[in-house]
Amino acid sequence: MSTGVATEQRQFTVRMRFFHWLTAAMVLTMLGIGLAMVASLAYYHRLISIHRPLGILVLIVAVIRYINRRYSTLPPFLPTMSQRERKVASASELFLYALLVVQPLVGWGMLSAARYPITLYGALHLFPILPHNVMLYAVLRRAHTILAYLLSLTILAHFGAVLFHTWVLRDGIFNRMAPWRVRAH
Amino acid sequence: MADTRHFGRLAGTGIVVLGAAGAFLYLGGWFSPEALTPARFADGFERVDGIYSGFRLNHAKGVCVGGSFESNGRGTRLSKAVVFKAGRVPITGRFSLAGGNPYVADEPEMVRGLGLLFKLPDGEEWRTAMINTPVFGVHTPQAFYDRLLATQPDPKTGKPDPEKMAAFLASHPEAVQAAKIIKSHPVSSGFANSTYYGLNAFWFTNVSGTSIPVRWSMVPVQAFAAADTTEPRPDKNYLFDALIAAIHQHPLQWRLIIMIGQPNDPTNDATVPWPDTREQVDVGTVTLDHVESDYNGPCRNINVDPLVLPEGMAPSDDPLLSARSAVYSQSFTRRAGEKKLPSAVTPPEVLK
Repeated sequence: MSTGVATEQRQFTVRMRFFHWLTAAMVLTMLGIGLAMVASLAYYHRLISIHRPLGILVLIVAVIRYINRRYSTLPPFLPTMSQRERKVASASELFLYALLVVQPLVGWGMLSAARYPITLYGALHLFPILPHNVMLYAVLRRAHTILAYLLSLTILAHFGAVLFHTWVLRDGIFNRMAPWRVRAH
Repeated sequence: MADTRHFGRLAGTGIVVLGAAGAFLYLGGWFSPEALTPARFADGFERVDGIYSGFRLNHAKGVCVGGSFESNGRGTRLSKAVVFKAGRVPITGRFSLAGGNPYVADEPEMVRGLGLLFKLPDGEEWRTAMINTPVFGVHTPQAFYDRLLATQPDPKTGKPDPEKMAAFLASHPEAVQAAKIIKSHPVSSGFANSTYYGLNAFWFTNVSGTSIPVRWSMVPVQAFAAADTTEPRPDKNYLFDALIAAIHQHPLQWRLIIMIGQPNDPTNDATVPWPDTREQVDVGTVTLDHVESDYNGPCRNINVDPLVLPEGMAPSDDPLLSARSAVYSQSFTRRAGEKKLPSAVTPPEVLK
């Protein structure tokens, strides 16, 4: 077709953008709740009651999102990104996907090892995925904190890099993932 | 000009990123080191009672028990919780004495605890941690913490400073009132004939969606006998030894009594009793027929978090509930990773 070049893909697909912003909203909420609940006496119970089901939702969305990612066409990298930057961006993307799957599994696993009922809502609860072993719980509980900080730092680096490109380099990188449709000019 | 703008935008990027990081650290309490957090609470217990590796921060000395709950079905009109359907569910429990020292000598006036975990057939659980006082001594988590610190032994005398406790009581009239109620309540001779109270209020919701405020207690079938307060005590484990011997002899039983609150009964203040005239429903019988050491028994590695509730039960607005859940969890996490030792009630002691 003659319009092939004109419609060159500049943005991620609608589905990919939807999953990106859905994940962003959920994960930022989760990190906020997680940080606040370990420091709170008054809101601990309310926060953890949201933290458990939302964590499982993050896991489900991360898996669906990764499958969708495998079957989607990606827009090309911008020329403002060096070869090394592209490598770092791809690696950090993979790392984020891994964290989004591993962190909820560690949460689920640690509650299993502590033999807490894994209540989602009302009488709805998940089955344990690990045997009752408190030493295992202690290790996973520590890992859950470390992974939360790693996740926060990776998200912060991702956010900083996009800000740098958008504000300083002004290369319109944000448009690639903007929730709205951006027309090629 | 262009360079200045460039630099300004770069600095702006840095500020926004730092701001985002700061917001998260704020949520995590990094900028309010004085706030009472679960971790500070746990540190307070360790400061006052000492550090005992692998033990609960409070109610450290205890034994595991097991048995079942036989529901008579009368609770179903109060709550749709599966535990109240007529039938039997297995129970894991733990008797304990208050305080963080697992080697403490038994005294009749020490607060006795009973934690129970009901394993429901659909995989849900009900966990409740009760004590043998009819009301709780303090109203808020902060008051609990302040009272705890007031009991810290003075390094010079080895005893708590009476002035500190006097200062605490002077600023907490509700604690004075609660202490009066607790003192007027006769202490029984042992664990087996003690009544255990859930203290905090909860909400029960039945199948038709009606919610009521409740408090619960476990009333012993074993006959009451007043505590013998003459000294010296027969043995440093005499309360536990008597419990162990009694369970070896025959199963011990308690009736689970649900007290139904009226609209003006406080649900957010565990220091205030509800009137005795409130309707009380006997919903079934707890039978405890075996006992094991805390060291190798099944209760040590369980957190009797009072907010592990089945569908049909919900927490009230009592500020102690969320705080108990948070601090129990902190205590559980700390001891989970520590080396475990037997308490003064050793495994051979439980076989006697």
